Amino acid sequence: MIKKTAIIDYGMGNLYSVRNTFAALGMATDTVGCGRDLGHYDKLILPGVGAFGDAMKELKKRGFIAPVRDFVASGRPLIGICLGMQLLLDESEESPGVQGLGIIPGHVRKFSGKLKVPHMGWNKIKKAVRRCRIFRGLQGDIYAYFCHSYYAAPKDKKVVIGETEYGVRFASMIEKGRVYGMQFHPEKSQDIGLMLLRNFIEIC
Amino acid sequence: MLTKRIIPCLDVKDGRVVKGVRFVSLRDAGDPVATAKQYEKQKADELVFLDITASHEGRSTMVDVVRRVAGNIFMPFTVGGGIRGIGDIRDLLNAGADKVSLNTAAVQRPQLIREAARRFGSQCIVVAIDARRRDPVSRLAGMPVGRGTKNRRTGKLADRQTNSWEVVTHGGRKPTGLDAVAWARCAEKLGAGEILLTSMDFDGTKDGFDIALTRAVSEAVAIPVIASGGAGTKEHFFDVFRSGRADAALAASIFHYGQFTVGDVKTYLKKRGIAVRI
Repeated sequence: MIKKTAIIDYGMGNLYSVRNTFAALGMATDTVGCGRDLGHYDKLILPGVGAFGDAMKELKKRGFIAPVRDFVASGRPLIGICLGMQLLLDESEESPGVQGLGIIPGHVRKFSGKLKVPHMGWNKIKKAVRRCRIFRGLQGDIYAYFCHSYYAAPKDKKVVIGETEYGVRFASMIEKGRVYGMQFHPEKSQDIGLMLLRNFIEIC
Repeated sequence: MLTKRIIPCLDVKDGRVVKGVRFVSLRDAGDPVATAKQYEKQKADELVFLDITASHEGRSTMVDVVRRVAGNIFMPFTVGGGIRGIGDIRDLLNAGADKVSLNTAAVQRPQLIREAARRFGSQCIVVAIDARRRDPVSRLAGMPVGRGTKNRRTGKLADRQTNSWEVVTHGGRKPTGLDAVAWARCAEKLGAGEILLTSMDFDGTKDGFDIALTRAVSEAVAIPVIASGGAGTKEHFFDVFRSGRADAALAASIFHYGQFTVGDVKTYLKKRGIAVRI
């Protein structure tokens, strides 16, 4: 059976780079714009640029909320990228009162203090001590490209597999079962980003 | 720690990379995709493509260049030059650009920044500011504008000069009367995600960045500032990060003609204590 990967298209941001990056890795993906079609797929990619509240509204409108939760409950792998990672949590300071997907318990907070926001550019990810499949082949410090004003603060610190410093130490990578979140843009993080995406497709 | 970004800039005319030294003479430095790949290997942090094509037909050539670049490189890139409205922005973002930079169109109609930021998000709206030093004293004395008695290392001026810069458009030909620092603040308020700041006094000179200008803008806004214009040595990058407080530095000819690689500059910066991605 051929394994199929879907990129969730809910009208938030341009999917071209994500799709294109998988194509460059020799991996075909389908863009899926409606929740009921997710049943055909083995892996899900939830990208996203924009505001938390708008994104949840669009996901709801296209009938993605229950199917995405079911998909995860069935043990199939999902990766949330940038805003897509934040949507996995319960709620965000960006859009008070809006419920997230609630797949990973916790909140999304805004950067505060004197630093420039958005946190934009290349920053270091400190990997968790425990071994994670997604890091296969990656030794030492890794750098990735970030562009965001909010960050995920999961309740259970054990899900944090990568941390980054920007005024605070925040969760830049999370893993819970087969659900992954990347706050940075792997599709824009050169060889390291490509390796993470390849690992996700091949072994996660 | 967030690293300082080194950004090669590729001027593109009719689908080919060229570099304007003070926007007059152009030398062909090759194919955009091949050049971009070269910079990806050197670990450039981002790329900027500046479309200097004048004709309307040339605009669709640029969209095609963007599509080819996006299909071959995996780092963020910005496209600027001649963007007039929301339609142009949409075409470039859809072709795979991560950000667009607005210059003349934003000066003429500042609300474009707001509309674009609302529609596509601040993170992809860069406002490019070309600034020239206001220097009535030198002007009266018949000295070249913006030159003379400034100490380039410290950006300090002799007594009778003032730290004030005017926004210019159309490749520096058209003064606008706008104060560069005030315009940067205004652009931020309207929703710009980043400022690309070019010194028209220093661009193409290889004498170093305009440290005082960069610092003045960087301290006035809370969004990242990319310094541009004047890079000639590795020390210039150090100065613009340390004294100019830039978040990123952009250069063209010193990279295009192989004087330094991006890696050379970063190794040097790291040795001097600037956080960079090696």
